[in-house]
Amino acid sequence: MSDQAPLVLGIETSCDETAAAVVAPGRDVLSSVVASQADVHARFGGVVPELAGRAHLELLVPVIAEALERAGADGHPPVAAVAVTSGPGLMGSLLVGLSHAKALSMAWAVPFVGVNHLEGHLFASLLDHPDLEWPLVVLLVSGGHTMLVLVEGLGRYRLLGQTLDDAAGEAFDKVARFLGLGYPGGPAVDRVAAGGDPTAFAFPRAMAAQGYDFSFSGLKTAVVRAVEREPLASTPDVAASFQEAVVDVLVAKARRAVAATGSRGLCLAGGVAANSLLRARVEAACAEDGVAALVPSRAMCTDNAAMIAAAGQWRLAHGGPSPLDLGADPNLGLALSQATVKQ
Amino acid sequence: MSGRWALSARTDDAAATRAFAAALAQVVRAGDLVLLVGGLGAGKTVFAQGFGAALGVEGPVTSPTFTLVRQYRCPAAGDVELFVHADLYRLDHLREVGDLALPELLAEGAVALVEWGDAGAPVLGASALEVVIAPGGPEGPDTRTITVSGRGPRWAGRLGQVAAALEGFGPFEPEYTAT
Repeated sequence: MSDQAPLVLGIETSCDETAAAVVAPGRDVLSSVVASQADVHARFGGVVPELAGRAHLELLVPVIAEALERAGADGHPPVAAVAVTSGPGLMGSLLVGLSHAKALSMAWAVPFVGVNHLEGHLFASLLDHPDLEWPLVVLLVSGGHTMLVLVEGLGRYRLLGQTLDDAAGEAFDKVARFLGLGYPGGPAVDRVAAGGDPTAFAFPRAMAAQGYDFSFSGLKTAVVRAVEREPLASTPDVAASFQEAVVDVLVAKARRAVAATGSRGLCLAGGVAANSLLRARVEAACAEDGVAALVPSRAMCTDNAAMIAAAGQWRLAHGGPSPLDLGADPNLGLALSQATVKQ
Repeated sequence: MSGRWALSARTDDAAATRAFAAALAQVVRAGDLVLLVGGLGAGKTVFAQGFGAALGVEGPVTSPTFTLVRQYRCPAAGDVELFVHADLYRLDHLREVGDLALPELLAEGAVALVEWGDAGAPVLGASALEVVIAPGGPEGPDTRTITVSGRGPRWAGRLGQVAAALEGFGPFEPEYTAT
């Protein structure tokens, strides 16, 4: 190993994906293995925390072994550092990855670093687009988060706005469950909406014209009321109209944030960034506005460990390793300062 | 003996539901457990936002569905130090409710508002204030019927106090059930 570049092993278990990856310097992804528990949770219509923790326990060792093998990391120790998600996420799930990472770090006598899952998502786009130009606006949309972040450089984030109630992905999951489309809700709505009329229902676009904060709770309620009013309404039409409303608001605000901050581009991150309509609309809007559209591959949008390894690599270089008594924090924030950007 | 009392009120829109929650927040004290019950879109989010704001929570009270529990400091709410907002929507086993450590948080001076709380009632203790929100009605889709009921020793003598705090939403015809 001594003549090789130092490798970082990334571990991610914050929600329902068990993932491990090996990244070489320069954010060169040598391997990225993701075992999804979506099948396990599908019949419950959402993540079941206890099942999630147990499945991580069963999957983590083989997933790490496969990531190391695919990367050809067979030295002693196989990697130079271990990076792991320490929050936010589900407590039980986070603890499985965190404890395992600490154990590996001690066994291999290599540094260990805790990574903020949100920062990981910001790094995911770097893996697909190595030569980013700052500043950038990142629209981070997932099951647990919806935020607009101004990235002025690596590690320099300013929160422009966030959801005041439900996350966009949560709205997708709950509407999908209500419509009987199954779990995970994002891909299910995406699929069904493709055959529907997005103008069939005029669902509300909450706060679309003002500020950078989001609200999706009322939209979910509007969908429920619409279906109660018209029980025979076409499900594809409802799904398409709902999706149209979510994407309209996300893109309108993101676009406005890019203009107001003089950003060079708009970057998508998080699980909802895998949505076909959102991807197409962001690309079209950026083309029209003459800024770069940074739309990561679907594999990089959803939870993975390559982004954790990449963020960990940067954190190690700029802040050093984490103490071994680092705890899991289910509500960890991005340590963002409120931006004062004209609305 | 501790029976169960209940009173019902009607709110005409989301703003009224928010005001109702804020009024109810005036009677809770450290250690109180409030179970919030209602289907998707019933108005639980609006209720939680009004309730949290009245307890002095700064910033948005956002959905706890993803993390299961969110905690907020209450700098100006008397003996209430912490507002704990939990959501049992994703829990599948009653024993998982124990993992949320709600009794411990209540003992430390918190007020807990638990969404889909009826599901966890069997393991959350004998005393609770239950708030059931039922949407719709002849007056229109924004109307809500909110039923507040107290059970267990902790709430046995507090009907008068609750009715007084909610005075603007009355008059009430309280019901009693012996248990």
